[in-house]
Amino acid sequence: MYAYDEFDRTLLAERVTEFRGQVGRRLSGALTEDEFKPLRLMNGVYLQLHAYMLRVAIPYGTLSADQLRRMAYVARTYDRGYGHFTTRQNIQFNWIKLEELPEAMAALAEVGVHGIQTSGNCIRNVTTDQWSAATPEEVDDPRIWAEILRQYSTMHPEFSYLPRKFKIAITAADHDRAAIKVHDVGLRLHRNAAGELGFEVLVGGGLGRTPFIGKKIKDFLPVRHLLSYIEAVMRVYNQFGRRDNIYKARIKILVHEIGAEAFSAEVEKEWESIRDGALQLDDAVIADIRSRFIYPKFEKLADNPPELVEALQDERFATWYRSSIARHKVPGYAILTVSLKPVGLPPGDATADQMDVIADLAERYAFREIRVGHEQNLCLPHVAQRDLPALWRALDAAGLATPNVNLVSDIIACPGLDYCALANARAIPVAQDIARRFADLDRARGIGRLHVNISGCINACGHHHVGHIGILGVEKNGQEFYQITIGGRADEQAQLGTLLGPAVSYEEVPDLIERIVDAYLELRTNPRELFVDTVARLGTEPFKERVYEAH
Amino acid sequence: MKLIENGHVIADRYVRVADDEALPEGAPVLVSADRLLREGAELARRGAPVGVVWPNNRRIEAIEPYLDQLALIALVFPTFRDGRAYSQARLLRERFDWQGPLRATGNVLRDQFLYMSRAGFDQLEATKDADADAYVDELKSYTAFYQPTGDGRPTILRARLGRVAEAPAQAEAAE
Repeated sequence: MYAYDEFDRTLLAERVTEFRGQVGRRLSGALTEDEFKPLRLMNGVYLQLHAYMLRVAIPYGTLSADQLRRMAYVARTYDRGYGHFTTRQNIQFNWIKLEELPEAMAALAEVGVHGIQTSGNCIRNVTTDQWSAATPEEVDDPRIWAEILRQYSTMHPEFSYLPRKFKIAITAADHDRAAIKVHDVGLRLHRNAAGELGFEVLVGGGLGRTPFIGKKIKDFLPVRHLLSYIEAVMRVYNQFGRRDNIYKARIKILVHEIGAEAFSAEVEKEWESIRDGALQLDDAVIADIRSRFIYPKFEKLADNPPELVEALQDERFATWYRSSIARHKVPGYAILTVSLKPVGLPPGDATADQMDVIADLAERYAFREIRVGHEQNLCLPHVAQRDLPALWRALDAAGLATPNVNLVSDIIACPGLDYCALANARAIPVAQDIARRFADLDRARGIGRLHVNISGCINACGHHHVGHIGILGVEKNGQEFYQITIGGRADEQAQLGTLLGPAVSYEEVPDLIERIVDAYLELRTNPRELFVDTVARLGTEPFKERVYEAH
Repeated sequence: MKLIENGHVIADRYVRVADDEALPEGAPVLVSADRLLREGAELARRGAPVGVVWPNNRRIEAIEPYLDQLALIALVFPTFRDGRAYSQARLLRERFDWQGPLRATGNVLRDQFLYMSRAGFDQLEATKDADADAYVDELKSYTAFYQPTGDGRPTILRARLGRVAEAPAQAEAAE
């Protein structure tokens, strides 16, 4: 956990006061809606189809039990009893009244939670691996660097009115769970031959209507230069990013149009002038931020304790265990993923009661810590293996133990036409239909790891381009149609999916997905070859033939 | 429209002169960047102060040779959502060491006053009079800042270290 001090709390309180004043001026007419909009967006307030929506940041995906409990309170008091976890380590409340927003924000601010820069043309919530500080794979806790960037970017006077939004993601593990290659800036923390920490820097990745995989502009940026280098990137983008067309305003278009080399040259030139200035991170600064992260005091435990071995005799527990548990860096501990994808319910939603249950369990069994991942599931990063049977029973009782993590029903979906003012088509009901079609978990396990991502419009909040199977909702003559891509992935081998064939109607989607899965089962060399690997080996043609030919 | 300088409403002494207009004798003038680049030498010989309105889509580096002859630089926010002039302002102050008045013009609203001040603007041409009256309150709305700019305000990062090292003055001076 990162512990806020009086400076962080002061700034947050001042922000709440400022926004209260801005809402007041909006209601009195002193601010026009045009003038108010960017201000409310930078506090996470959207005007959606039916109501105002509040998007709250969960910086680098880390929450305390108290913070999650407060979110449950906000869901219960100001919303309709639930919240929606997004693909960018945020939570959204969909039904808040404008006049109650300052109250809800003040309630959240008391536990250090806010919606600052969860929207608007500014540097957004910096995201990272939900397994930070728990996975044996990482070279350092990436949240240290995400927190340094969070502070640097919060209310940055120069970079709050950028051409467009700006998203930064960090991974410190070779296996990338933060999707850094599809972010405006992706940072991979690693060590050089001398053992020093530094970042590989990617720029210009992103999804949306013009998807790109990020391009590398730096192999090794020593960590002390992180802020000066990011400032150089931002300054080049702020001055030269396009502002004539909202659809061409992201940094990926600038990088694409002038080329990664020319872009990198501009950045280097700017960086030369500032790298040794006030932004240089000396050891004391880094140590200060690091010291504000509180780590669990792990007990000396052995792997596979008798409680766990015995519980694994139970087929239901064993099934959940195989789906939800990952290896922890400390013996006797485990990383537990809480699926927010129960079959038939909206992906990523949690009720206030469920949030309370998870907060209680985190308090009792998991050092009070909860994480949120971009797959829209929650995670208890530090649990003792001996407590897993009790955790499972409690989660199961609350509808939080669906053993489908990484399976075909663990679907990423944006809110779509059910909530979003931008959407062209529904996304949630499509996810629900597909999950129901594959509700037989034995069958889903037989299919293996398969990421289905659904977006309700080309803005791609459901990350459809990087789904193993991607589904994009479009509108044709007032009807919802869906384009299907296959072969996308968001990890360290990130690539964009390839269009499989003509778009199909809403009703046809589940059948089509089933035929794609059947084709895979027929084409794979053995059950260990994942769907996405079969597509990589054979291309889309054999799938196209099998999926479209017979129909 | 009120012109604020460091919290006080001041009279604008400068006359904006169109490119095809003759310069008024003896009066401080504000000319376009095009005119400055075209008539730089001539303008330098003038007895009265010359300021320039530098557009936000022209590289700010090109102003550097003219800084010695300028009495005022005005940057432009065509809409408050277009933030290019923040970068230009910081470069002028922090890279080119511009010490003279730096004026924000265009769509200049109170909710951006503090950011403008932090970026180095010391004159604001407020779009709304009521906003100009709120200047002092607006600049007091925050007491803590995370990131350093060239404005000299202490930042949270250094303040924390000051607390840790018990040498805040020294830490702040480093910025």
